[in-house]
Amino acid sequence: MITITVNGTSHQLEVESETPLLWVLREEIGLTGTKFGCGIAACGACTVHVNGTPIRSCSVPVGSVDGAQVTTIEGLSPDSKHPVQQAWLAEQVPQCGYCQSGQIMAVAAYLKENPNPTDADIDANLTNICRCGTYERLRRAVHRAAASMKI
Amino acid sequence: MTATARTAGSQDLSRRQFIVTALTATGGFALGIAGVPGLGQAATLDVRPWGDEAAHSGEINAWIVIEPDDTIIIRYSRAEMGQGSFTALPMIVTEELECDWAKVKAEYASANRNFREHKVYGNLGTGGSRAVRENRVMLQQAGASARERLIAAAARRWGVAPGECSAAMSKVTHDASGRTLRYGELATEAAQVKLDKEPDIKTPDQYKLMGKSMARLDIPLKINGTAIYGIDIEVPDMVHAAIMASPVFGGRLESVDESAIAGRRGVIQVVKLPDAVAVIADRYWRAKGALEALAIAWDAGAAATADSTQFRKTYLDALGKRGAVARHDGDVDAAMPAAAKVFEAVYEAPIIAHATMEPLNCTAQVRDGRVDVWVGTQNADVALQFAAQAAGVKPENVYIHNTFSGGGFGRRLRPDEVAQAVAISKAIGKPVKLVWSREEDMRHGRYRTQAAIRFRAGFAADGAPLAFDCRTSAGSANPAAVKNGLEPQTIQGLATTSYNFPNLRVESVLTNTSVPLGPWRAPGHCQNAFFMESFIDELAHETGQDPYEFRRGLLAHRADFLHVLDTLAEKGDWGKPMPAGKGRGLAIHECYDSIVGMIAEISINARGDLKVDRVVIAADCGHTVNPRTVEMQLEGGMIYGLSAVLFGEITVKNGSVEQGNFDTYPVVRLKDAPKTEVHLALTGGTKWGGIGEPGAAIIPAAVTNAIFAATGKRIRGLPIKNQNLSGAA
Repeated sequence: MITITVNGTSHQLEVESETPLLWVLREEIGLTGTKFGCGIAACGACTVHVNGTPIRSCSVPVGSVDGAQVTTIEGLSPDSKHPVQQAWLAEQVPQCGYCQSGQIMAVAAYLKENPNPTDADIDANLTNICRCGTYERLRRAVHRAAASMKI
Repeated sequence: MTATARTAGSQDLSRRQFIVTALTATGGFALGIAGVPGLGQAATLDVRPWGDEAAHSGEINAWIVIEPDDTIIIRYSRAEMGQGSFTALPMIVTEELECDWAKVKAEYASANRNFREHKVYGNLGTGGSRAVRENRVMLQQAGASARERLIAAAARRWGVAPGECSAAMSKVTHDASGRTLRYGELATEAAQVKLDKEPDIKTPDQYKLMGKSMARLDIPLKINGTAIYGIDIEVPDMVHAAIMASPVFGGRLESVDESAIAGRRGVIQVVKLPDAVAVIADRYWRAKGALEALAIAWDAGAAATADSTQFRKTYLDALGKRGAVARHDGDVDAAMPAAAKVFEAVYEAPIIAHATMEPLNCTAQVRDGRVDVWVGTQNADVALQFAAQAAGVKPENVYIHNTFSGGGFGRRLRPDEVAQAVAISKAIGKPVKLVWSREEDMRHGRYRTQAAIRFRAGFAADGAPLAFDCRTSAGSANPAAVKNGLEPQTIQGLATTSYNFPNLRVESVLTNTSVPLGPWRAPGHCQNAFFMESFIDELAHETGQDPYEFRRGLLAHRADFLHVLDTLAEKGDWGKPMPAGKGRGLAIHECYDSIVGMIAEISINARGDLKVDRVVIAADCGHTVNPRTVEMQLEGGMIYGLSAVLFGEITVKNGSVEQGNFDTYPVVRLKDAPKTEVHLALTGGTKWGGIGEPGAAIIPAAVTNAIFAATGKRIRGLPIKNQNLSGAA
């Protein structure tokens, strides 16, 4: 039996311990905001926070996070009011939107680590793929979120 | 109509669940399922036939339903894959309907109804940058017609002439008396009104909403995980499928040894298709693991030894053949020998994959002669036909529940996954969700064709352009469209060039291999604009002219081209000096009735590392519906094309694709993404250009021309990652 707490709710899971956290979130717990993109931790569409740290859940066996606190896009804020989500709205970042849960989770975690990133910091540290090419707006939105978090 | 259940997948859910709500008057966002505000689910989940809803008494026409509470439901006939037309098309209806945008709810139109009612929604296919171009007049007319019928219904109630009444913000007003009636009060009567004649539609000078930047309706759902994509669908009793098709194109399944997965947890059964194996399990992860453990024998077939080296030779050799003539102005054979200078070059482009962010997937249920399909598809009309064929039912018994797509770019125009999922559901007698792995998606694309082209251009001694000749060798993604040896897509942007040479010829040699082809964002144009704009740049340099001035000369007869060129040169700092190791390149191209130009600024360090620092875009699409989405599409299209020019290459060995995932098929990330500016240089008039694709077509030559400017090295083959640029700067 593996126990994880997702967005504040505890789940006891009878699954193979090597099952990636991504598929546990999507198919056992029913949280589909976290997306499958590559399965090899290359694209970041599956980014969630484990004990506050951003991880690519497609490549993390659920057995390795037994007892952990997991936050998914659904749990980032109760009302889409997290500064990163608000910045995403204001800058109209998403196009197809499929990568954006992962992007937002990656940015929310990164801004805790570096609350005042430069463009160069953003480019070097945020590595999630967006095939629609929302990068220009995404960069602007990161700055906007950083600014609003300082107020 | 109210939603009665809240679990995605419930059979009780109304198809109206797929509703996105317009920006509210206060500037906030309201999300909602009709009657359940805030729930924010988004999916066409209903297994009841459309016919249940077609009888809605407030349905003014197929596009517009007005509820008693003034909610305006506007049906959307295209697919939303990120391009924003789920917002733009309802804006067009709203413009004419004179309704309150805050009360507009957009929902997908029914593919089943489109089939049953003889294309009442027109073409559901979403490609060719055509959603606005092809729908605008139709939607303006639908909105105007509904407005006039609402006015007529109000006038009848009041016993006044319709001409004494006006409509605004979802109300009809009798101007003299000031009496008003809400649309919601009039809808049922308006639905019965027959107009003597259809009203004229507005001209652009009369637009109030169209042309204004509006927040996209889908974005609130895409920041909190509530947007439902095909891969997120859950229906009752559903099982999961993982699939592997023959790694060699055209191969067949020979046999499967299932012993390795006997007794595996969750595995239900193995389904054999003629060219693929699927494992069915209670969870996707278990299905995928079991599939990987299976021992599968394939009959590879005729393409077993095909490889990229052969392909390259095939495409280049084809340039030695006479092609079908797509265009011939003047007499190239007579003019070329008279030229004082002749320049020649051969260019090549590789096979590339779409690599949409969401791998292909489909959920299907075949039950009692009826088929339901939940899928994010670019072409619900074709998905319906594929599903009917795979299930062996009549098309009118197929219901396509379209969802958001995690990118399309052309790949989702050919719904291979729909045929597979339906066949599997039929075989196992259960609803099934089929998900392709990233590797399956990469290795079973409908790829952009490989291509090669030979150019020749002749100039008089005084530098005057005399003759231009080109022959392209490319594969057809649509053999049914071939006429007289020509296929429209392979000659796009060549046969349609506006460059003014007195003698000009375009020839095409169609060259197909075992690789399955399909439309890739700006098909045809995305290679041909690279070829053409690179060679034009070569000619400018060879004849000692500035590339911007050279293009101005060849395009002097096109005021719209000049407007874009001049805007681009001004905004993009054309002609300003750059330090060593940096360069600026320009490209311009007309496609989908739009003209788009780009200036790329690049830098190359001593190791040969290339960085695209800045891209300035100027565009003339005539008019806009939602300028913000125009900008977003140009930015995003540019990045999509940038991935192709920097990295994009699918190679084949022993008949199979060698790449499998983003480790071997790299794409642009933030570190590769330039600072980007978009400047609209609209010329208005009758021009209504498409905007989803041009960005992808124009960036490649802007980058390679910038490399030339910085280094003197001309890039004639892609991707750039295969070129050694060290020591070039």
